[in-house]
Amino acid sequence: MATKTIVEDNIDILVAGAGLGGTGAAWEARYWGQDKKIVIAEKANIDRSGAVAQGLYAINCYMGTRWGENNPEDHVRYARIDLMGMVREDLLFDMARHVDSAVHHFEEWGMPIMRDPDKGSYLREGRWQIMIHGESYKPLVAEAAKTSADKVFNRVCITHLLMDDAKENRIAGAVGFNVRTGNYHVFKSKTVICGAGGASNIFKPRSVGEGAGRVWYAPWSSGSAYALMINAGAKMTQMENRIVLARFKDGYGPVGAYFLHLKTYTQNGYGEEYESKWFPALQEMVGKEYLDPELSHATHRPIPTCLRNHAIINEVNAGRGPSHMVTMPSFQDPHLEEIGWHNFLGMTVGQAVLWAATDVDPKNENPELTTSEPYVMGSHATGSGAWCSGPEDLSPPEYYWGYNRMMTVEGLFGAGDAVGGTPHAFSSGSFTEGRLAAKAACKYIDDGKAEGINVSDKQINDLKEVVFKPMEHYTVHRNEIVAGDVNPNYHNPRQFQDRLQKLMDEYGGGVTVNYMTNDKLLNIGLKKLQIMEEDLEKIAAKDFHELLRAWEIKHRHRTSECVLQHTLFRKETRWPGYYYRGDAMKLDDENWHVLTVSRRDPSTGEYTMEKAPLYHLVDEAE
Amino acid sequence: MPTFVYMTRCDGCGHCVDICPSDIMHIDKTYRRAYNIEPNMCWECYSCVKACPQNAIDVRGYADFAPLGHSVRVVRDEEKGVIAWRIKFRNGKKDLNLMAPITTKPWGKHITKLADQPAPSQEMRDSQLLFNEPKYIRMDDGDIHTLKSNGLKMKQGVQY
Repeated sequence: MATKTIVEDNIDILVAGAGLGGTGAAWEARYWGQDKKIVIAEKANIDRSGAVAQGLYAINCYMGTRWGENNPEDHVRYARIDLMGMVREDLLFDMARHVDSAVHHFEEWGMPIMRDPDKGSYLREGRWQIMIHGESYKPLVAEAAKTSADKVFNRVCITHLLMDDAKENRIAGAVGFNVRTGNYHVFKSKTVICGAGGASNIFKPRSVGEGAGRVWYAPWSSGSAYALMINAGAKMTQMENRIVLARFKDGYGPVGAYFLHLKTYTQNGYGEEYESKWFPALQEMVGKEYLDPELSHATHRPIPTCLRNHAIINEVNAGRGPSHMVTMPSFQDPHLEEIGWHNFLGMTVGQAVLWAATDVDPKNENPELTTSEPYVMGSHATGSGAWCSGPEDLSPPEYYWGYNRMMTVEGLFGAGDAVGGTPHAFSSGSFTEGRLAAKAACKYIDDGKAEGINVSDKQINDLKEVVFKPMEHYTVHRNEIVAGDVNPNYHNPRQFQDRLQKLMDEYGGGVTVNYMTNDKLLNIGLKKLQIMEEDLEKIAAKDFHELLRAWEIKHRHRTSECVLQHTLFRKETRWPGYYYRGDAMKLDDENWHVLTVSRRDPSTGEYTMEKAPLYHLVDEAE
Repeated sequence: MPTFVYMTRCDGCGHCVDICPSDIMHIDKTYRRAYNIEPNMCWECYSCVKACPQNAIDVRGYADFAPLGHSVRVVRDEEKGVIAWRIKFRNGKKDLNLMAPITTKPWGKHITKLADQPAPSQEMRDSQLLFNEPKYIRMDDGDIHTLKSNGLKMKQGVQY
């Protein structure tokens, strides 16, 4: 079935997936490894791939130490309270102390960053966000990556990581296929920096047809970061920490600039403020340490994102929906009105399309908001990802094993969604993590840690069979039926995606069950996922495009399994508004002020769960 | 169906096929022109719309919630460094023209080429610094932040 096998040998650094994390890694790697061979493999085209493909109107992570605005520890406090305490403070501090240097480079390369006319500093949207004209953010960082990389393989979807046959638990490269030619690509590499993405489309979306593409996170974010790493035996952390977004209804247009810059606010369907009335009961659930409206009012400590979702969800369930964004007062100002529209055009054009289609002019009416289906990722207000080493000077022994951002598999590094415990990295922080991983990967090679790697032909050939099996399976069984997609011997990728989404929604806490789950439901869900895994051996792909979709759904399936394992393990409701454990509705700091860590044994498929200690570098006071 | 292609404008050049992040712009084998093969995997990201030299690609909002009769068109000009949008409402009452810069410098000419930089010293390699640091962190002579410089101590457990 496969066409040619193309082997790229003697790679030092393979960047698997080049969004913001991967481009940062590829660019920086050249500085520390001027004689090294740097290769990028990306399933799309790096000029418009990853979550930033359509651009951004803000950079959400910028300290501004240059103007005395914030220090890294301030950002740690912010991300920590937003995530209800569950963060890797060493990784967060490390990202925050470097992130400004990435942004200053972006400006030097030509990114239009807006300036405050009075202060001369970057124009702030909020405390952490700066406003940009970022339509070309991705092409710009792609240009940078191209100046450093020896080769860029666009349209090559990585399906598996290669393991060293000479030394256990050491990475040796990756394999995949070209989604256009069907060629089998083998990358033999001393290190791999996983820059692949988080997961959209694993929970059933609110949309029912075409609108399934209008997911909040990009539809091409297929959880490949997680599946690649889990399948390689890497330890994962905080995978239960899925995120739900309060966004403009259906279009999922961003609300950050609206809240922070345009000073809009929310109301229930009857024009009333609703948030505060849900807080007393919520405070009973999570404790005053995490929700203290008076303290928040006095000190500007944010109310965690999940808790604000909780208020919307409950108000709507009480029969007082829909939730509205009050835009009318602000939008009377033509300048603010223009910013409101530019904000969509720069990063979520679909929302502008929807308002044009429905004649919603935020000057004359207050648009509807909704809470989205859950997503699994690691760079927004959530921190799912791999369990990675921190930097030498910041990390306690449990968090440090030699190389910054290296996972528990030797030679495997990560950036962006791939790294766990680092929420609020966003675009600039992901790029920064890529830079950090690249430096560490070069050091790993220079220290001689990648000597003697051996990849057997058997491993390569066995994987080739696995990669192209969906097409083989289709060919064998297609002619048993007259026409159509109903076949007793296979499902196609879309059919599997529907099955996964329904299962995750109903058992894992999606929108149709109001984000509720419990131990019973999770156990059923896991059992159904296991049966689905058996059936995934019978997935059929009629062409190379469907083969891409087949591997995306396999990656989404593995991600989902890990999410349910973690959700079952953490027996508490840590993030009301993201999901609820009906059998443990309270936050439980006595037992669960810890990070959850899992490992799936690649040979048996069994998960081992553990609690990792939570270290705090930063105290509460500012 | 999110993006669609006008039959009379498309010449089958394949720019949209090259750029689509979702791999859903393909060339129809009969008509030799592009079309969206999988609308429910389209993000309406406009990458193909911006890349089309014939302005042959447009977007019709998602059928499950967007009524017909609207238009959001765009022209992106890398040479001039600007992007221009036009938004037309279904009821015809709103017709917005918006323009934004996409770059402040000639495209791709000012990116720091790291292959041309002098190799870092061993001291730099052993430090926590990245390329151009500490200079680029604060754009002054300040150093990188550490636990010590910021007066921080590591503690385990609940700190609230």
